[in-house]
Amino acid sequence: MSFDVPDDLYYLESHEWIDPQTGRVGISDFAQDELGDVVFVELPAEGDELDAEDAFGVVESIKAVSDIYAPVGGEVTAVNDTLEDQPELVNEDPFGDGWLVELDFDEAALEDLLSPDDYRDQIA
Amino acid sequence: MGLRTPPLYGRHEDRGAKFTEFGGWEMPVEFDSITAEHTAVRESAGIFDVSHMGEIELSGPDAEALLQRLTTNDVSALDPGDAQYSTITNEDGAILDDTVVYRMPEGDDVDYLFVPNAGHDEQMYERWTTHRDEWGLDVTVENATEEYGMVAVQGPDAPDLVAARAGEDVLDLSPFTAAYAEVAGVDCWVANTGYTGEDGFELVFPSDGAGAVWDAFASDCQPCGLGSRDTLRMEYGFLLSGQDFHPEENPRTPFEAGIGFTVDLETEFVGRDALAAQQEAGVDEEFVGLVLQERGVPRHGYEITTPDGDTVGEVTSGTMSPTLGEPIGLGYVDAAYAEDGTTVHVVVRGTGKRTTVTTPPFIDQ
Repeated sequence: MSFDVPDDLYYLESHEWIDPQTGRVGISDFAQDELGDVVFVELPAEGDELDAEDAFGVVESIKAVSDIYAPVGGEVTAVNDTLEDQPELVNEDPFGDGWLVELDFDEAALEDLLSPDDYRDQIA
Repeated sequence: MGLRTPPLYGRHEDRGAKFTEFGGWEMPVEFDSITAEHTAVRESAGIFDVSHMGEIELSGPDAEALLQRLTTNDVSALDPGDAQYSTITNEDGAILDDTVVYRMPEGDDVDYLFVPNAGHDEQMYERWTTHRDEWGLDVTVENATEEYGMVAVQGPDAPDLVAARAGEDVLDLSPFTAAYAEVAGVDCWVANTGYTGEDGFELVFPSDGAGAVWDAFASDCQPCGLGSRDTLRMEYGFLLSGQDFHPEENPRTPFEAGIGFTVDLETEFVGRDALAAQQEAGVDEEFVGLVLQERGVPRHGYEITTPDGDTVGEVTSGTMSPTLGEPIGLGYVDAAYAEDGTTVHVVVRGTGKRTTVTTPPFIDQ
């Protein structure tokens, strides 16, 4: 099975992605497939300060519960409230409407993350 | 030791199933999605590979006597072709396993067949042969788990699907009865049983016929994995061995586990005296259903408290019910909190979520 790994994002070994342009964060196509049907998402509040690799929220599927980790440190500037009623968007559109939060972050932190090719190698 | 694989493993791999380890077996957990598979079983039909279930065969003059002394129900009540839900308990009355016992037809090579849960077949074989020898009974015990495959066809359309392949006679089988029938040229033991709360059948057959039986259904029936089997059984409050009870980690008697109907105290069996005493005294904790009234999903091991925060029990199974779209759980609470409608809290990641105690099933039968 092949999974979508967009070229314009950075990745974490724990399967989160961050868009360097917008600071938007989500989980990867591979991660949503592993989890199965997502039924509940617990997210932080706007204004919360996160450190890199903080467990900042939880994605629950029917079969499992998984922490979500912050790819970089920063302030939460937006939260995808739509997921409260439509958690299935994480499965349907993990890089689009299924995004989780947006962060205001320091770009230098991106150096510690996986490139799309590195991440492809990890999930191969 | 490597994982055991069912005879249909290759079929599942080709179909793109995801696999999981369960009871020492590598079994399909999901083919398409748990929700899709769950819904198919509630609305039409699904087929499960349950070849990880054990098969222990008993034959000989004392077969009934041995079963009677090692299971809690009354085996003597069975006519040929009858099936019976039962439990196997230790001296303390704690459930070692739950099982279905079949009395086979007259003239069969085997007198009784019982089906232990995944990974329990060797332990049960040991238990049966040890006690046979200790009690000097004349009965042959065979662990035939590797010789058989087993599928469950479940859902409102399941009877017609099975009848179309096994013959109309199967429609005459009342719940918890079974008979031989041929499916795709394979001799099957077809039982009107299942563990999803829906109509349906379980078929046991020689493992070399597994592919033919599976293929006979696969085109008209949603293949389902253990993931949806778990959500389906939870909606009906059915126990999962090793999770809702466990002989070491969470020993529970049939009375505590809400399956006191499997206990016949008129018979003599291992654990009888302990269970008789418990029936007399009453249970301290009861197995209940839980419906969360707030957002969150109950999971195995989560604490159950009073609204004031005093611990009164523990969740043993939980999920977001695909049928109801509500978080449901099963678990044990102090008897004082077991009444329908009682408000308790399930502690989800440190926060107590308002929860209503409910007697399963969670959905209408």
